[in-house]
Amino acid sequence: MTSYHILRVISKLLIPFIFLFALYVQFHGDYGPGGGFQAGVIFASGIVLYTLIFGLERAQSVIPLRVVEVLFSFGVILYASVGIAGILKGGQFLEYGVLAHDPVHGQHLGILVIELGVGITVTAVVIAIFFSFVGRSEVDAQ
Amino acid sequence: MLLTLLALTAIAIILLRDLWSSVMLSGIFSLVSASLFMVMDAVDVAFTEAAVGAGVSTVLMLGTLAITPKHEKNADRFQEVALLVVCVTGGALIYGTLDMPLYGDPDAPIHQGEPASRYIDRSPEEIGVPNMVTSLLASYRGYDTLGETTVIFTAGIGVLLLIGRSKTQSGK
Repeated sequence: MTSYHILRVISKLLIPFIFLFALYVQFHGDYGPGGGFQAGVIFASGIVLYTLIFGLERAQSVIPLRVVEVLFSFGVILYASVGIAGILKGGQFLEYGVLAHDPVHGQHLGILVIELGVGITVTAVVIAIFFSFVGRSEVDAQ
Repeated sequence: MLLTLLALTAIAIILLRDLWSSVMLSGIFSLVSASLFMVMDAVDVAFTEAAVGAGVSTVLMLGTLAITPKHEKNADRFQEVALLVVCVTGGALIYGTLDMPLYGDPDAPIHQGEPASRYIDRSPEEIGVPNMVTSLLASYRGYDTLGETTVIFTAGIGVLLLIGRSKTQSGK
């Protein structure tokens, strides 16, 4: 689709703002609607837009599938390690109150890190699913 | 009004044979559900439904349409057993909802007592996060959210195993 100039220019202008909005939704999940799941989907849709306009090969040179596969598990491991950190500091599994000097700060820290883990996993999964589908249709078309 | 639109969209999706229109209508279905959730004041859920249902899901369905036939095959004969099963199940579900409290009823059992009142009363000082949905999802029910994240992870692995990597990656 690179011959469609309007699409190419506008998407190059919009994609940074899509990523910025995804980061905003991720980290302001405490104060408004949002959180990890929504932010992950929005971030992945920025990558999907890039893939639709510029093709699968360029998108995979930006984000190789191996990196995406590592990110899948990284998000879940980040989440679980917050739980283990709670145990190591003397509390129960996934008890955030012991993570910082003050229980409320511990809760904030815990919520921030686990939402980040959720966002990373959701982003990676949606990107990987999209790459699989698009890659398959290119294989069958030949 | 929104529920009527939802029902009409669902009927249209069932009756249409052209798959491209069905995919577009399912995107519309998700968007109308998201508006319904907004009307019910469930903003987080509406956000997720709009992003996933009207956004990513439609794109993935269109990607699937690129590699499948574009029209649904006609059913060869009228399936009586299927109709009977669907009617019995639907009737049982509607009979079950007759017993539920009215929507928005303040005397409903779910609003009384623990743990709902505890979450609402103690969440500001125990967790200190203004968005109570986040505090429930991430802190009080954090273990559930770990399970959900693992489910999403499993879905990704399942798709990669079934469909495989794209040609450019597997060629390396």
